[in-house]
Formats: sequence, C-alpha cells, structure tokens
Amino acid sequence: MTERPPARAAEAAPEPPAASAVDAAPAERPPVLSVRGLSVRFLLPGGRRIAAVTDARFDVAPGECLVLIGESGCGKSVLASALLGLLPANAQTSGGALLGELDLLTAGEPTLARTVRGRRVGLIPQSPAAHLTPVRTIRSQMEETVAQLTGVRGRAALRSAAERAAARAGFPRDHLDRHPHELSGGLAQRAATALALIGDAPLLLADEPTTGLDRDLVDHTVDELRRHIDADRALLMITHDLAAAERIADRVAVMYAGRIVELTGADTFFGSPGPRHPYSRGLLEALPDRSFTPIPGLPPELGGLPDGCAFAARCDRATDACTALPPFTGPVACHHPLPAPTPEDLRA
Amino acid sequence: MLELRDVTAGYDRRAPVVRNATLTVAPGEAVGLLGPSGCGKSTLARVTALLHRPDSGHVVLDGAPVHRYRHRAPRAQRTAVGVVFQQPRLSADPRLRLTDLIAEPLRATGRRSSVPERVAELAGTVGLTPDLLTRRPHEVSDGQLQRACLARALVLRPRWLVCDEMTAMLDASTTAALVRAVEDYRTATGAGLLAVGHDRLLLNRWCDRTVHWDTVTPKRAPMPVRTPG
Repeated sequence: MTERPPARAAEAAPEPPAASAVDAAPAERPPVLSVRGLSVRFLLPGGRRIAAVTDARFDVAPGECLVLIGESGCGKSVLASALLGLLPANAQTSGGALLGELDLLTAGEPTLARTVRGRRVGLIPQSPAAHLTPVRTIRSQMEETVAQLTGVRGRAALRSAAERAAARAGFPRDHLDRHPHELSGGLAQRAATALALIGDAPLLLADEPTTGLDRDLVDHTVDELRRHIDADRALLMITHDLAAAERIADRVAVMYAGRIVELTGADTFFGSPGPRHPYSRGLLEALPDRSFTPIPGLPPELGGLPDGCAFAARCDRATDACTALPPFTGPVACHHPLPAPTPEDLRA
Repeated sequence: MLELRDVTAGYDRRAPVVRNATLTVAPGEAVGLLGPSGCGKSTLARVTALLHRPDSGHVVLDGAPVHRYRHRAPRAQRTAVGVVFQQPRLSADPRLRLTDLIAEPLRATGRRSSVPERVAELAGTVGLTPDLLTRRPHEVSDGQLQRACLARALVLRPRWLVCDEMTAMLDASTTAALVRAVEDYRTATGAGLLAVGHDRLLLNRWCDRTVHWDTVTPKRAPMPVRTPG
C-alpha cells in the first residue's frame, strides 16, 4: 500500500483517530469531505501551466457514494491525488479540502502520512495488481498494514487480525500465502480493498477500481464497495465506467476539462429526466445500450483552455453566450442546459 | 475467410491456455468473441493476428494456411491483418511521435512515399487533430493514443482486423468514436473483424454475431481439478 505510514507512526497511534466530524446528530451531519474551490496547476518548463483541476466544489456526506465521472485526461485522478497529498512537486494547489477540521491541501506530509492515509482516507487503487508489493505475500502485507494502522500486537494476534481483515473484503483465506502475480484481477482487487478497509477510515477513495476487469467482476467489485459504505463511511469513486457508476452512485459529479460541470442525483442522472449538461448527455448517449453515438471532436488541452465554456467547441447548443464561462448554478454549469429546469431539478 | 482450425496455444506446451479453438470469420463479417478475464481470448487474438505460433492447429487466411508467425510470416499475410490491443501505452513506442507511429508500417513495407497522404487521411478517420500528431505518447491521453493505434492498424488497409479489448480502458464517448471509425473502414473496404472482449452489450451492438468462448473451445474430458489444502 502506498499509504503505508512510516514505521514509527505505529506507537503514536494505537487506534485510528475517531471519525471526528461524523458522530454528530444524525439529521444534519457535517460532510465527511468538503471540497471548496480546489484547483490544481502543473507548472511545466518554459512557463507553461496546465490547469488540471479548476474550482472543484462538492461535499461527500456520511453514508454516501459520490461518483466522479469523466473521460481520461479530464483531471479526475489528479483530484484524487490532491486529496491524498500525492501530487508531484511541480503542482500548485489552491482552495480547500476539509476532512473534518483538517485541510488536506495545507496539511504537511507528516500529518498526511501518520494520521490521514490509511487512517482517515482509505485508497482503493487503480490496477491493484501493480499496487501490491510484488515480492511479498498478501498475508505479510495484510499483517504489516494491521500492525501499522491498529493496536494489534503479537504474532498470533496479527495473524488472526489479518485473516479477519481478508475475510471482510471476501478475500479467501487459502490465497493469503500467495504473491500478487498469483492472483486473478478480481482477487487482487479484493486484497487491495481489504488493505484499504483495515484503518476503518471514514472516507474511502476509489480511483478507477474497475479498469480492466470484465463486466461480472466490475459488478461484483462495485457491489462489494457498496457494502462497505455504512452510516458513517463514505465513498468517493472516480471512474469512466458509466455502468459501474450507475450501479453504485448516490450522486454523480461529471468532470470536463478540469471542471465539475454537473452534480446531480444518480436517479436523475441515469433515469428521468436525465442529465442536463450537453456533455453529460453526450456521454450517456455514447453507451452501447443507448444511441452509441460519440460526442464529436476531442476534449480541449488542459494547457490551453478557452476563456469561455470548454465544451462549446463540441456542443450543438453553443451560442455566443458560450464565450463567457458558465457559472455553476443549480446542478449544472451551462448557459443552456437541457431540458428546461423544473422545480424538482433545482432542488438537486 | 479467416479460419481458426482446432487451435491449441499457450506459453507452456504442457498447459496450453487455448485448447482446440475453432472459429470462422467471413469477409466483411464482424464477429465478437466474448469471454471472462483470463480465459485465453487474448492469446487466441494474438494467434489470429499471426503474432503467436499455436502449439497445434491452423490459421487459414483467405484460403492459404499460415505456416510462419511473427516476423517470419510472409509479408502478404502479415499485412493482411491489422491488430489493436487493449493497452495503448504498452503497444506504442514511447519515442515515436504519433505521426511516425501511424506511418511505421508504411515505412517497414517500403511505402515511404505515401506516408504524408495516408497519415493525414487516417488522422481524420480516427479523429486526431494535426497538433496531436507531432506529440509523443506521454503527451496524449489514453483515448488519443488508442486512436493513433487504430490508425496504425488501418494504415496498410488490412482485409482483417483484430481488436483485442480495444476499448476496455476508454470512456463511453471514445469507445463509440473508435467503434464508428472501425465500422466506417469496414464499410469502405469490406474488411472482416474479430472483436475480442468481455462486454456483452458492446459486442452485441457492434458485431454481426457474438460467440462465447465456451462455444469456440468445446469442452473435452474434464480437467482434473486440484483442490487447495
């Protein structure tokens, strides 16, 4: 696990920090994660700036699954890295991302390593087979993670705690002594999930957890993730797989060219009246069980975004108004969303 | 016709990944091959693209049985099949600009003079803009790189196309765009297609007929099952 904290953190933190912000009154509980105007810029040699994420705003409530969808290169994985403090050195962030009281963007590496990664944010990685340490068995990785993140001490106790952790994600006990290359994609995924769950983090962050898996395994993985979301735990899943998103999401955020262009309930998005941003609509219509029509053109370069709406060049509804940046009003950032808003839409 | 006759293939003769696979694609036909992860369908796709020598069985291309594979395959057969793989990053030379990536098969077969014209034409077909063509793979997204890989597969105007999980890494819109590019090419040239994948919905929508792995490799005597412990 990349979020494994340095060894000396173990003695300092026998228990994961209590899920501080989430044990308030059940009615209006504060969000697990509150992202406020998060922007990420990459500075390149020659003074070029890449606007990977611009002004992202969303909350993730306890017990909720928010799915962030968008095509590759739209900035969604950068957003995930920013939340874990895993951006490369040439990245500049602004805005805020509050995990309880802690701002993830300004917290230093020691804080992130010792109290956040694995303990307050569990990462379920893209391509779990590459994420696991190839030269060690799953059991030894489980035991190490248990020892680092919980108060369990002693060989026998660690062994049984690791087995319990494996069972929790449905990882078969008789595969614990295998190395990562001896596991199928689905089992490697379960091992990675089991590791992410060990710290009992209130927020799970899944970055493309289903890439490269076949449809049955995608469904299975997504259903298991859903099972781990309970009253206190929330899931932020990043994916380009709309079918997986439909299966798990409570709410859907659509990202295009570094900006969130639509944030709406999953029922509204996948059902009726459907998404309102022309880009979201285009993505859905591209599915093989819908019209299977691609959105014309290519997404813009993040290094040279237009001043106005970034989607205007590919949009059949574009007008002169689109040369100005559309504000995020209601659930959508568009000058002429479809269909006409009803009071119900505005509530979302 | 593109025929696979009783093909057994794998990486260890004692434990072949594909056993006795038989499959036929007619000219102009699109066949989807559906199977779960790890069943051996990618290995069969490699055999079909003449990139992997089967342990036994035959590949017959337009009536001519294939005797040599990989770089030993005769050029006429090798260039009759275009192939697109699942992971564009692993199938693109990181040092080549996209335009050179697309032109590589032309240069390798001594058709250097047609490079500018064909590359420009194919860039349009797969939806790549001219500024992208001057970049190297690390400067483009997965979707854009896969578009270039499809253009490379089409550049020699193959009569057969093998798409091995071509869209598994891609978002819905890029998937639809690439499938459309393949279909436009097939409509124009009458090429046959073997599309390998695990997405039933996609293959049913894309192909004339979809066959399941189990029907391609008929079960023989059950293999002894080793139980753990």
